Amino acid sequence: MIGLSHYLILSAILFSIGLVGILRRRNILMLLFATEIMLNATNIAFVAISDNYGDLTGQMFAFYIIAIAASEVAVGLGLLIVLYKRHGSLDLDDLASMRG
Amino acid sequence: MESLVYVALFAPFVGSLFASLFGMSERQIFVGVVASLLLFISFLASALLAANLYITGDVIHITMMDWISAGDFNVAFGFVVDQISVTMMTVVTLVSTIVHIYAIGYMDHDKSFNRFFSYLSAFVFSMMILVMSDNFLGLFIGWEGVGVCSWLLVGFWYHKPDQDRKDNPSISPSWAANEAFIMNRIADLGMLVGIFILYWNTGSLQYDEVFAKLPELSESVLVGAAIALFIGAMGKSAQFPLHTWLTDAMEGPTPVSALIHAATMVTAGVFLVVRSNPLYSMEEVAGVSMFIASLGTFVAFYAASMALVERDLKRIIAYSTLSQLGYMFAAAGLGAYWIALFHLAAHAFFKALLFLGGGNVMHAMHDELDLFKMGDLRKKMRGTWLYMGFASIALVGLPPLAGFWSKDAIIETAFNEHTYILWIMLVITAGMTAFYSFRQVFLSFHGEDRHTALGFHPHEMYKFVLAAMFPLAVLALITGWFMSSYKEFIYKIGESVQYEMSDHTHHLAIYLALMVIFIVLSSITFAYFKYARTGEKAWKRDEEKEQGFFYKLLINQYYVPKFYEEFITKPYAMISEVFWTKIDLKIVDATVDNIAKFFYATGDKTRSMQTGNLSNYLNWMAVGAMILLGVAAISAMIGLGGIDG
Repeated sequence: MIGLSHYLILSAILFSIGLVGILRRRNILMLLFATEIMLNATNIAFVAISDNYGDLTGQMFAFYIIAIAASEVAVGLGLLIVLYKRHGSLDLDDLASMRG
Repeated sequence: MESLVYVALFAPFVGSLFASLFGMSERQIFVGVVASLLLFISFLASALLAANLYITGDVIHITMMDWISAGDFNVAFGFVVDQISVTMMTVVTLVSTIVHIYAIGYMDHDKSFNRFFSYLSAFVFSMMILVMSDNFLGLFIGWEGVGVCSWLLVGFWYHKPDQDRKDNPSISPSWAANEAFIMNRIADLGMLVGIFILYWNTGSLQYDEVFAKLPELSESVLVGAAIALFIGAMGKSAQFPLHTWLTDAMEGPTPVSALIHAATMVTAGVFLVVRSNPLYSMEEVAGVSMFIASLGTFVAFYAASMALVERDLKRIIAYSTLSQLGYMFAAAGLGAYWIALFHLAAHAFFKALLFLGGGNVMHAMHDELDLFKMGDLRKKMRGTWLYMGFASIALVGLPPLAGFWSKDAIIETAFNEHTYILWIMLVITAGMTAFYSFRQVFLSFHGEDRHTALGFHPHEMYKFVLAAMFPLAVLALITGWFMSSYKEFIYKIGESVQYEMSDHTHHLAIYLALMVIFIVLSSITFAYFKYARTGEKAWKRDEEKEQGFFYKLLINQYYVPKFYEEFITKPYAMISEVFWTKIDLKIVDATVDNIAKFFYATGDKTRSMQTGNLSNYLNWMAVGAMILLGVAAISAMIGLGGIDG
């Protein structure tokens, strides 16, 4: 039987994968994907808890997050294209121009 | 009538604001003319109010607006025009108008001409608030206002450098201005305490309400309030031991000395005592009143003695002001408030005239004030000579001039009260006054010509300036003739200001007056033979005598300024030095500095985090999030925090 804890463990695993991606990857496109994974991890947690308590608020919240994530990807990809046209690279190590 | 009150009060203020518009620009004659005209309007309004009060006897009491209203504490901007304030208003505006016109001529070479007029008019405005206010707080505002204006005006030539005390006893204008200001602050604290005591015990600051409740108060409260208020009066009116600032204030331009340090501001202390006459005439505070009279008499004598040997023309006049203020306090302390007020008015006229004459001499002699360098000026400055001689006759109290009537009444009062010691001292002081006044006149205008050899080429003052001084001369002559009608006028206030001589004194009055006149005349004759003769018998400086004990004591002002310097100024400076280097620098500043240094160092160390690499920033962010998560987890475990805690 698959219970709440299984969903939460899956969510935590996905979140950690996303976090590691953010911390380790150098390509901004990959960072964007990692962010999506983290957002979807929280979505899973929301939906699972919502189902568990029989409260629809969590599922509503998940839809919001999906919508926002979609627009975020659209804006983010647009920015990345401009960035790539300007610098010819998406590697974070090449893009450091504000060293303190 | 109400609008006249506002005109009298605000015309000088408008003049000040107008002059301040041109404060930074070149000398413009019209600035002085406009300021003088506005003051003249103020004088006309005051005179009309005085005439109205004299005819109808209606005291005008107006409330302009609420000022402070906090809880039970209510003070309004209220003004009262009664017999006491209208006397002051008329005197102040009249003398200020003349001094303003005089200053147009006197300050004509000064590049800060416009600034001078804005200060001078601001002073008159403050003085009007002081005398017209119907409550103690308004009086205090005016009191501080005149203090600030006095500071600005004494230090008007702030660019002059400090000199050694031996060369110039007042050191420098800015030093003198600070001395006057600081000494007045000390006294003002006393006055503020007095106002607090009265408010605490009567619940009001309005004169009439406070005075109505006085009989209910306990003796200690009354005595405390009387003493504290008198300390304020001592500072403003330069009574011993807070007197040294007045002679040093002579560093200011002469019109300032004439207006502020002779005719108006320094009489504010006398005004305060007269205004508070219901308090000072109470049985319970008789001791304080006696102290006021004794101190006044002492100061009259003390100041006159220092004037005997002084060489500086303006300082002599300042000492005589101090001495006459002593007379006023003697009268007020003995209960003869109206005589004090009358002497105040008469003194304002002849003393302003004397000062303005002194200003003419100073102008002619290119700011040289040493009497020993003058002599025989009367041939070149006939008008000034006549004015100064006339004012001196009024000052020493020869009939029929103003000084005779008012000063004689004070001496008579001392006799009438059976305070014979005060009486004798006041009579001796009258003789000394005659001597030093005429010593000054004879040394400057008579005797051998000493100034030509020193390269001075004095010239008479402008005609319009001499013409502007004429009303003062007329007033110095006629004021005394109206003494009985003034008495009738001021008696309407109530019993507390009424003062009558006993029949016994009345019979003897003529002999007392004759005796004083005799002493005065013989002093003048003595001064004449000593200083005014020419040729072989001319006065010669006696260097040997100047080394004598009494001469040195007097010329050094009884070493009081020296004492203040050695025992107050210097120890204070030393303590301040210790506080500065040990406490301020080592503790206060060090604490603040170290906090700043800590943050600076933290920033400097953590600056390397700013690599400009987004990936690094994200790592740091994750670390921060972890720490926050850890803190949240720990506090949840040990039961801290959380919304339902």
